[in-house]
Amino acid sequence: MPKKYDTPLLDELEKGPFPSFVTEIKKAAARSDMAADELGQLEKSYRDKRGYWKHGGIVGVRGYGSGVIGRYSSLPDQFPNVANFHTVRINSTSGFFYTSQFLNEMCDIWDKYGSGLTNLHGSTGDLVLLGTDTANLEAIFAEFSSRGWDLGGSGSAMRTPSCCVGPARCEWSCIDTLDINYAITQEWQDEMHRPAFPYKFKFKTAGCAVDCIASIARADCSIIGTWKGNIAVDQAEVANYAKKGMNITEEIVNMCPSKCMSYDGKELKITDADCIRCMHCIAKMTKALKPTGEKGASILVGSKAPFVIGATLSWVIVPFIKMEPPYDEFKDLIRKMWEFWDEYGKNRERIGELIIRKGMREFLEFIGVEPQPQQVKEPRRDPFFFWTEADLQK
Amino acid sequence: MEKEEVKKKIYELVEKSTGKKKLKSSDIQKTVSADAGISRDEVKDALRDLVDEGKLIYTYFGGSFVEIPPQQ
Ligand code: HEM
Ligand code: HEM
Ligand code: SF4
Ligand code: SF4
Repeated sequence: MPKKYDTPLLDELEKGPFPSFVTEIKKAAARSDMAADELGQLEKSYRDKRGYWKHGGIVGVRGYGSGVIGRYSSLPDQFPNVANFHTVRINSTSGFFYTSQFLNEMCDIWDKYGSGLTNLHGSTGDLVLLGTDTANLEAIFAEFSSRGWDLGGSGSAMRTPSCCVGPARCEWSCIDTLDINYAITQEWQDEMHRPAFPYKFKFKTAGCAVDCIASIARADCSIIGTWKGNIAVDQAEVANYAKKGMNITEEIVNMCPSKCMSYDGKELKITDADCIRCMHCIAKMTKALKPTGEKGASILVGSKAPFVIGATLSWVIVPFIKMEPPYDEFKDLIRKMWEFWDEYGKNRERIGELIIRKGMREFLEFIGVEPQPQQVKEPRRDPFFFWTEADLQK
Repeated sequence: MEKEEVKKKIYELVEKSTGKKKLKSSDIQKTVSADAGISRDEVKDALRDLVDEGKLIYTYFGGSFVEIPPQQ
């Protein structure tokens, strides 16, 4: 019978309308010594207002440099069952589709070898298994790999890529996010399992600018679906939206960030040349508006949580690129970016930080992409358009 | 160059740095490929063998490094 701790502070977090992680850990703690001690240590952290986890070290499975994250209690005498409490990352599927059979098996494996606590999905996108002992790692890996699953990324490596559900469930998707995600996973297995970068590198793929996977805020490389043609307008459907009570001037026209729409009560007009393809109007009036023409993606780099510099959002490097198998142009572009990072990046410097440090000019020159207006991140940013001697002679 | 020879060079480099400077995989690739006049892919391949054999391991201390496993 696992030890039971008094947890008055954590109990507060069970109140209120939302599901509570405390309630879930308590359920696991009824059966697992590990989950029980994790609850005890967490209560102590809340009481003392400090964390008691240590991080890093040398845990892993033979041959791989990532996928397992070492966690140790700094109070092993008080909480012996979480002396080791390592995290295991399982490479998630594109769009997070699983069979119930797999989820059942996964839970059984995890009840057997770990704390029984999971996190679907961590911010990286992995299927995260929380809390196990060093001695169990090889057995866990064998259980998953024999069923066709693999560990995800961690450390200075390509992290497990993730994507929105895309064409599987969403008519707005301009690209096959699921296939792109799978192609990235397969192409760069070595980069994921054998860390050789200056720091982490995350890919996230969204089918359109609605960006349900939040790629613009949490990926070193954000791939966002877009289109080249006009927005086709079905005026009869526009009239339908108006009839059903939509205030088209307020909700659509005035909300258009590039102010390229107009509506006179009868006809909705779009100056397509000024449209920045933000998806607002299309997402609101799905039946009336539709992107046309060539489909592809914008490639952005650089978002990350605060670290050396503050939090950043990704900015555009390539405004439009075709995204069709085998994605050679895209892969070559990424390899050039990695080469730049490998050449100049310092330990623990994300690629976005490096570009800010060295300047867009050097980065673009190195990767062989022309400077374009879409790459300017915000108004009044110091311009990076300089003419070289060679340009002047042209 | 024979793979075994590349592996030996890598191992010696890691051994020499132990206790002084933790080496990243890219440090090893750059140093050994320049010293031996071979491609980085060859070094990567040899490094992969060493890790698969358990002679070297990856560690994580704020970044990923390649080191000699501790004596049990
Ligand atoms: C008391 C008078 C002035 C002060 C204190 C002043 C100060 C500055 C400062 C601090 C900047 C840098 C802005 C930044 O990059 O964020 C700047 C830029 C600049 N100023 Fe002035 N300035 C003055 C007058 C003038 C005048 C009279 C002219 C031209 C007739 C001028 C032309 C420029 C130009 C061309 C730049 C560079 C803009 C760029 O490269 O982005 N300034 N000034
Ligand atoms: C009549 C007086 C001044 C004029 C015309 C002037 C003009 C300028 C100009 C043209 C620049 C270069 C902008 C660029 O190319 O990036 C600059 C930069 C700068 N100035 Fe002045 N300045 C004056 C007085 C001062 C004073 C009194 C101070 C400080 C007490 C000062 C502090 C700076 C700083 C810190 C920068 C660098 C800003 C940056 O790199 O963002 N300036 N100033
Ligand atoms: S990001 Fe766009 S394509 Fe992907 S699920 Fe969301 S709305 Fe659909
Ligand atoms: S997609 Fe965005 S920018 Fe383009 S017309 Fe619609 S609201 Fe305006």
